[in-house]
Amino acid sequence: MQVEKPIFEAVDLSKSFDVSAPLLRRIIHREGRATLHAVDAINFRIPRGKTFSLVGESGCGKSTVARLVVGLYQPTGGKGVFDGHDMAGKRSRKEMAGLRRRFQMIFQDPFASLNPRWRVHDIIAEPIRAHGISDDERDITRRVALNLERVKLSARDGEKFPHEFSGGQRQRISIARALASEPEFLVCDEPTSALDVSVQAQILNLMKDLQRELGLSYLFISHDLAVVYHISDYLGVMYLGRLVEVGPAREIFKNPQHPYTRMLLDAIPDLEMTGRKRIPVGGEVPSPISPPSGCHFHPRCPFANARCKSETPGVTSLPGEIDVRCHAVEEGRLAAEVEKLKMQQSSAA
Amino acid sequence: MSTKKPVLEVRNLRVEFPNRRGNLVAVDDVSFTVNEGEVLGVVGESGAGKSMTGSAIIGLLEPPGRIAGGEVWLDGERIDNLSQEAMRKIRGKRIGMVFQDPLTSLNPLYTVGWQLIETILTHQDLTEAQARKHAIDLLGEVGIPSPEKRIDQYPHQFSGGMRQRVVIALALCVNPRMIIADEPTTALDVSIQAQIIKLLKRLCDEHGAAIMLVTHDMGVIAETADRVAVMYAGRIAEIGPVQDVIKKAKHPYTEGLMGSIPVVGHDLERLTQIEGSMPRLTEIPRGCAFNPRCPQVFDRCRVERPNLIDVDRSSAACWLHANGTSKTEAAQ
Repeated sequence: MQVEKPIFEAVDLSKSFDVSAPLLRRIIHREGRATLHAVDAINFRIPRGKTFSLVGESGCGKSTVARLVVGLYQPTGGKGVFDGHDMAGKRSRKEMAGLRRRFQMIFQDPFASLNPRWRVHDIIAEPIRAHGISDDERDITRRVALNLERVKLSARDGEKFPHEFSGGQRQRISIARALASEPEFLVCDEPTSALDVSVQAQILNLMKDLQRELGLSYLFISHDLAVVYHISDYLGVMYLGRLVEVGPAREIFKNPQHPYTRMLLDAIPDLEMTGRKRIPVGGEVPSPISPPSGCHFHPRCPFANARCKSETPGVTSLPGEIDVRCHAVEEGRLAAEVEKLKMQQSSAA
Repeated sequence: MSTKKPVLEVRNLRVEFPNRRGNLVAVDDVSFTVNEGEVLGVVGESGAGKSMTGSAIIGLLEPPGRIAGGEVWLDGERIDNLSQEAMRKIRGKRIGMVFQDPLTSLNPLYTVGWQLIETILTHQDLTEAQARKHAIDLLGEVGIPSPEKRIDQYPHQFSGGMRQRVVIALALCVNPRMIIADEPTTALDVSIQAQIIKLLKRLCDEHGAAIMLVTHDMGVIAETADRVAVMYAGRIAEIGPVQDVIKKAKHPYTEGLMGSIPVVGHDLERLTQIEGSMPRLTEIPRGCAFNPRCPQVFDRCRVERPNLIDVDRSSAACWLHANGTSKTEAAQ
């Protein structure tokens, strides 16, 4: 479908963590090893110049994906392909160095991600020096000023320390630092979650402007579906380490397939106050250490049957480039059952 | 307007933090009422003074913060000038509290049941067995499955959403008249948040309690509140019925705030942006606190501070509505 090469592609990308008890305890209590499958063979592609968002509730593995993508974690299975380069294959520093410059990360907490003892100038100059982009002080100063102005701060702000800025301004500084190495791809892990709504709007607008000006591609991690709706071109919905639905964002919001996606969209507080009918939300995310068998979502799913409990659903591709992992969708019984449930609800009410 | 009895009345509340350089005014001239069975939402960005208002009402201001003016009335009784001891009896018995982080409002060393029973016995004349039965009923009421088993577990054995339910059960122990919920859903995932909102609303209906819901999330307010107060820099910028405030905002700040919230289904290239950020308490500008950021600012806003002015069913502290009547006198 997409002719152009994607900026990033995840192929069966997986990460598991060993969360076993200490050896002695395992022997005494006769426990086995325990593995946490934080990310379980996920596939997605991010086209150049677009925004791909990952949503899901806490503990679903979305931040682990962000860390895998930028190489802060090594995958335990599958691979991440950045602009045609298999990142897992490039283990040596030298090989990575050329690629590293081209993607950067923005973190959630702008209070923790900036060194309080460094002046803003030094914070932004660091990636320029580290990636060997320039070692001429005049040129570095020019680049720092340019990036500060890109994020709508003034060049004079470089002299200040992070504590002199508000949360929103600090997040602008993180963005300026990320832009300093002239990257093509930014991984943003909940960049606005720690900010107030009016400041969040400023940062989201800024991110969109920068994307247009510099042709950036974003991997955007968030739990806030309204923010995701606003910023995304493509969307992936994660549940307990698995990508349950992925496709063009507008399409998924308009016509969600997977019961979990439906539930998430139904749970968004309704600013319009239309009093729309909802499928009631039940239960909570189970522990990812011992996820439910079969489809991880089956204990909370109103449409689950025996097959959902035992068999992991494969990918069903639907028209409109949407991939869903759900037995009910695959069997084509979901639409009818949703209608039935809604009927029951309205007659009960 | 409404025939229901007011449960909580706050009149011209002022909270100050004295320090070396003078007084920081965290809450300034805030007045509102909450009626029986009503949910009043209080929204605002961080530092707007919304949590401080809640703490002042229940007498839990951290020193050196103090109530420097105004009155708080609960069911026709003035409570802002009571002794610590008298206030302690009111907290828990007549005002219940739900805080943001359910993990810090429960004692990790005691079972959930012990904490519930202790609270019940402090305020009610019951035997321990009766109290335990009441505690189990409460846990069931807030939607905790198999409460008779869960009652003997410790807080760490509960998930985030379940813990928040326990905290709500604690607040409900003795049928309070008033519940102050400070960001009760902020630490929770969206699907759990929806459950907790529903629970709060149901309890409000069934117990006829009044709820003051403090949050920064307009969505939660839209789902839960009957009326809403929007706070900015320690003052109420606008107060009114929730539909009016959300859809027909009277104050430019509310309007900007509503426009800056992304909404699913609204295809906008850019969100409305309020330039700058809320002033620090040490540097609140002269006149209307919002004037440096206001797109509709004019001369009067820079020199004179507006009081709440009635506009339709709401009131807004904005000179744009200056031909209306002043609310502060009318409220008395």
